[in-house]
Amino acid sequence: MSLNKILSTVAVFLVTLLFGGAAALADGIYKAKPDQLGFMEPATEVMRDIVSFHNGLLIMCIAITLFVMFVMIYIFIKFNAKANPIPSKTTHHTGLEVVWTILPIVILLIIAVPSFRLLYLTDVIPEADLTVKAIGHQWYWSYEYPDHDDFSFDATMLSDEEAAAAGHPRLLGTDTHMVVPVNKTVRMIITAGDVIHAWAIPAFGVKIDAVPGKLNETWFKAEREGMYYGQCSELCGKDHGFMPIMVEVVSEEKYNAWIAMAREEYATNETDNLTRVASTLPAQQ
Amino acid sequence: MGSEAHGIPTGWRRWVLSTNHKDIGTMYLIFAILAGIIGGAMSGLMRGELMEPGIDFLTNFTGGDVEAAKHFFNVLTTGHGLIMVFFMVMPALIGGFGNWFVPIMIGAPDMAFPRMNNISFWLLPAAISLLVISIFVEGATYPGVGTGWTVYAPLSTSGHGGPAVDLAIFSLHLAGASSILGAINFICTIFNMRAPGMTLHKMPLFVWSILVTVFLLLLSLPVFAGAITMLLTDRNFDTYFFDAAGGGDPLLYQHLFWFFGHPEVYVLILPGFGLVSHIISTFSRKPIFGYLGMAYAMVAIGVVGFVVWAHHMYTVGMDVDTKAYFTAATLVIAVPTGIKIFSWLATMWGGSIKFETPMLFALGMIFLFTIGGVTGVVLANAGVDTAMHDTYYVVAHFHYTMSMGALFSIFAGWYYWIGKMSGKPYPQFISKLHFWVTFVGVNVIFFPQHFLGLAGMPRRIPDYPDAYHLWNYVSTVGYMITGFGTLVFLVGVYMTLRSKERVGDNQWGEGATTLEWTLSSPPPFHQFNELPRIK
Repeated sequence: MSLNKILSTVAVFLVTLLFGGAAALADGIYKAKPDQLGFMEPATEVMRDIVSFHNGLLIMCIAITLFVMFVMIYIFIKFNAKANPIPSKTTHHTGLEVVWTILPIVILLIIAVPSFRLLYLTDVIPEADLTVKAIGHQWYWSYEYPDHDDFSFDATMLSDEEAAAAGHPRLLGTDTHMVVPVNKTVRMIITAGDVIHAWAIPAFGVKIDAVPGKLNETWFKAEREGMYYGQCSELCGKDHGFMPIMVEVVSEEKYNAWIAMAREEYATNETDNLTRVASTLPAQQ
Repeated sequence: MGSEAHGIPTGWRRWVLSTNHKDIGTMYLIFAILAGIIGGAMSGLMRGELMEPGIDFLTNFTGGDVEAAKHFFNVLTTGHGLIMVFFMVMPALIGGFGNWFVPIMIGAPDMAFPRMNNISFWLLPAAISLLVISIFVEGATYPGVGTGWTVYAPLSTSGHGGPAVDLAIFSLHLAGASSILGAINFICTIFNMRAPGMTLHKMPLFVWSILVTVFLLLLSLPVFAGAITMLLTDRNFDTYFFDAAGGGDPLLYQHLFWFFGHPEVYVLILPGFGLVSHIISTFSRKPIFGYLGMAYAMVAIGVVGFVVWAHHMYTVGMDVDTKAYFTAATLVIAVPTGIKIFSWLATMWGGSIKFETPMLFALGMIFLFTIGGVTGVVLANAGVDTAMHDTYYVVAHFHYTMSMGALFSIFAGWYYWIGKMSGKPYPQFISKLHFWVTFVGVNVIFFPQHFLGLAGMPRRIPDYPDAYHLWNYVSTVGYMITGFGTLVFLVGVYMTLRSKERVGDNQWGEGATTLEWTLSSPPPFHQFNELPRIK
């Protein structure tokens, strides 16, 4: 968090530098989302781990970049043609070369350990409390609830006016949306009906391709109630930028009420046969 | 003397029928500049659309049709990517500088197969013509190919009716054939035509870089040609290579594509590595530090570059152990790359540095490539990449390596060698202005894109949620600065070619030790009628 603050400060400084008196823009970022420089606020353990691992990597990135920068500046001052008219004749130094081969290897090993831990944490799917299927289409998402008689519905993007009326951000609101209970492990089964799409909710740390003819799995366990927004993350044609993903995380009671409502409301919707068969397959460990 | 014996052809015959490596190199460079202007203009249209939320810029080009504008945006991302990769960076570095200076640096009179050299070049205008034509014929409802440069199936098969994608595939076939022929030519030249005494371990690093590069091309392009041929048959002849409904697999295409695509991005940067080594050494008046380490670091990058391809595919649903392998393999690339950066710094250490324009671009390349390198290490980790995959963070990363790494080394090479190639000096003030404007411009374009990516903005979208407005606006301002820088470059080119001044054989003094500086500027039509002997 403190790192985010530092970044925000740097950004405000940059903006002031770039725009001088253009107060409207600088004002805009204070109001809109000061944390838009970094990741979105994490809502799952996985995303928290991604953010903290990334923060570590970021420190390493900044340290290496600054090191290279300061060495370059030192060289410019010390070894420019005026300061050092006679160049040295050195062409190699085995010890030095060994050091700058070994040192990066050590740094990489230090990175690799938490990297693999994070990868196996995110990628191995725990025992799920419920399963939801998302199917990407050109250009909307369909959702199916196999745990509840396979009711299904489509979620299509709202126009700018509809989104404003419904209180959703522009380009991120959909007419219907997926609802899940808070603090439950949700197993997502993702596929597509036409071309490849990708289902992503940044705050959950989830992004997985929806590939036609292939069932992909991922999971999340949202810790806070609220509305979460994501966008299709694989180029899928003309309206790739216009098939947002909305997930509402609610309490257990509200979820049960929603399920009761949805079973009736969406009972008449057709469920895609292909994916119904797929839902009977056992979960992959 | 031999050179007078067959004389210099004149008029159109000199160029169209050329078998002279320097003339062909010149044509490649002109081609790359023209293609770069087209590709750059395309990115300008994209940045114009992204400057403000809503779709109201590209509609100017589609008669107000918003739906057509959305597709046009995808056509632009596709065209920009393909043109910059196949028709700008590769022709400039390999076809242009490679053709011009590889034979000279190894003390050869010309390339091994001069006629093949001619066809290598002349396939390119045909290839880019097919790509440009594809923009105007039917694609997915609207004209043009909107698949991205990766041309992923099934968006490129069942997702795109009309002949646009077929034309683009033919374009890539031709560009690929051109590169394969060029690669064979360079390999034969470098292995067989070195002057007496020019052993592999005495070869200039630029020649080493081209040698590694053309091996990457030779081994990866046939795979790519196979993949896009399968696309073609899936589209037109009812095959099912990439269609699960017929037993195929859409992900097979991605594996084949990236088996080519990842070595390809090293193809774009390795010649730049070679070039920057010469420039750093020349302007520090010191031999390159750790020559053998530098040469074999490039070989290592080339070899490891073949076994990391699926790090482009972390979100396709691969097995977790596979992801772990590709994470580890990808991290390994940082080691030889680090060796290169440190060796450049060590070359300058103790040197007597002159900040001429080529040196400025080389130094800019080293620093900015470092930034692109460290974000590459971040993206290598499959766990973190979940959050960044297909966001602007990736766009920022690869433009730091390509648009700053590859393009800066092209500009560095241009200013380093334009005196040698034309015999005329480049304008001092204009060239330095070009550097500073471009340096500021590209950073203003691409640095904020890291923020956009972390905040979750997906790639390849023509309109974005309003929270992403500020940094998109800044990025477009950066494009305008860079665009101005490009105009300054073109003014500099014009002034150079119009210059009445002449430069001597060795413009850069004692730091410049390779063979091209022993020849006149410009070199004779045929050089080394008597082979030089390397001590």
